[in-house]
Amino acid sequence: MKKVDNEVIVTEELSKRYSEIWAIKDLSLRVFSGEIFGFLGPNGAGKTTTIRILTTLTKPTSGCAWVNGFNVLEKPEKVRESIGVMQQHLSLDRDLTVRENMELRARLHHFEASERKRRIEELLDYVGLSEYADRSIEMLSGGLQRRAMVACSLIHKPKILFLDEPTVGLDAHTRRRMWDLIRRLNADGVTIFLTTHYIEEAEALCHRVGIIHLGQLIALGEPSELRRKMGLYTVVTVVENGNTFYKYFSGRDIATEYIKSLPSNVKAILVRESNLEDVFIELTGRGVSED
Amino acid sequence: MINALRDIHTVLWADLRVLRRHWLRTIATSLINPILYLLAFGYGLGRGITFWGYSYLDFVVPGIIALTTMTGSFNGAGSKLHVDRLFYKCFDEILMAPVSIFSIVMGKALAGVIRGIIGATALLLAGLMISPKIAASPMFLLFLLVLIISCFVFAFLGVLIAFIAKSHQDMNTFSNLILLPMTFLSGTFFALEGLPEILRIALHLLPLTHSSLCLRAAALNQPFPWYSLIALIGFGVAFFLGCILILKKTSV
Ligand SMILES: Nc1ncnc2c1ncn2[C@@H]1O[C@H](COP(=O)(O)OP(=O)(O)OP(=O)(O)O)[C@@H](O)[C@H]1O
Ligand SMILES: [Mg+2]
Repeated sequence: MKKVDNEVIVTEELSKRYSEIWAIKDLSLRVFSGEIFGFLGPNGAGKTTTIRILTTLTKPTSGCAWVNGFNVLEKPEKVRESIGVMQQHLSLDRDLTVRENMELRARLHHFEASERKRRIEELLDYVGLSEYADRSIEMLSGGLQRRAMVACSLIHKPKILFLDEPTVGLDAHTRRRMWDLIRRLNADGVTIFLTTHYIEEAEALCHRVGIIHLGQLIALGEPSELRRKMGLYTVVTVVENGNTFYKYFSGRDIATEYIKSLPSNVKAILVRESNLEDVFIELTGRGVSED
Repeated sequence: MINALRDIHTVLWADLRVLRRHWLRTIATSLINPILYLLAFGYGLGRGITFWGYSYLDFVVPGIIALTTMTGSFNGAGSKLHVDRLFYKCFDEILMAPVSIFSIVMGKALAGVIRGIIGATALLLAGLMISPKIAASPMFLLFLLVLIISCFVFAFLGVLIAFIAKSHQDMNTFSNLILLPMTFLSGTFFALEGLPEILRIALHLLPLTHSSLCLRAAALNQPFPWYSLIALIGFGVAFFLGCILILKKTSV
């Protein structure tokens, strides 16, 4: 078996092709037990495709993946038992209430009636939906719908939870409540694999981040590590025609040196600490902004 | 085995919840078409016509019942399923659950069967008032059996098409290209004997033809077309296997 003790997700050269395009290409990564792993990438980068393969909903074109030690192609039912999934789009039955949706999941996972009731009440309370339990899904706000989805995906106490863009379309307050919920879950022992295109979300929430661009993993590590690799300090210069340039330095002193060497036609200069967004722009912008 | 039954019940349970919420609407919508046909063809056009020595009403009621089981079961199984699969993606959640493909197909089909039976029962009650001969037929039990088999056949077909459809248009296209011609041509409103040979053979390739042949013979106490019953069961098995195959192919 492929599992090294605490590696709960392993992919090796995972690729998926849709007719002409490679949705993901040669993706190799590892996620460790107990972490919040963030999969960061712009629209169409291949985030959902990766999650669908890891959650046994799509077959890879080539390469392999193991979740909780089980090969997703050989033992899909074992994989499904140990994972919970929250899809990118509302995937609850809109004709049913929150409670009915949860009951359906609990039944699908073979809970006995009494246990089912207990588990549903417990989870409704956990995600703060008790008072909305008997509303139909369609009558809930976006934030509450998301929480209902989390509740449904947790029914069978999965060890790993996949969240595909858990906060997309939520307002700032609601998003933070979702972050709190994710942190609480993680503290309770659930490994989290989440995708996002919000850089601040990855930075605020994730222990480690993988950046995916055009189907390829272009960076992997802790946010601070990625910043350090690129340079902890950013010098932003604006030249006469309004164009902005970024340059990254490992120390403030080298950055200052560089500023002194700049020609006089530079209009504005700013030195600041690098953030994950700089890393993201720097890595994903290569080749695009080179013209 | 017990597990499969429990899982079938679970899959069905969700659909029954929805049905329970909209039961009145379900009955009303499944009755409106057949009642219109009954009025337009049975009372309007058909007055004074006789077929095989029966009044046209006696003749047409079994055909309209066959038709009602078809649309009720097909739509009951297919219409929510294809929306859930293509647009709401909540069918993915069932695919991800630890239940067998067999249970999923049976559960979803039974939802259609139940709708079909509800529609057919309501119409049968109305039909019995118009044409009490049906209940008096010595083959009434056979009539009910064919009715239930038909429900399964068209429910499996509904599930199959909902699995195949890639868009809402696909679903509509199928309804217009296959179901609608079946509605009018499959021996529902007239006997097939008068038709050109080619057309008659072609119509025997459609399940509704066999369904209405069997139902009419049973209702009017005519010689029963056993080969049609076998053909009907054959269609059911084929549609069922199609569902299983396509789910096997699409899921990991
Ligand atoms: N079923 C499919 N058929 C054809 N192409 C697909 C399919 N699913 C995804 N793709 C393509 O694969 C690429 C990756 O898509 P994917 O949905 O994984 O991206 P994503 O990172 O989740 O993007 P988003 O942020 O928009 O959700 C895209 O170019 C997309 O058009
Ligand atoms: Mg996506």
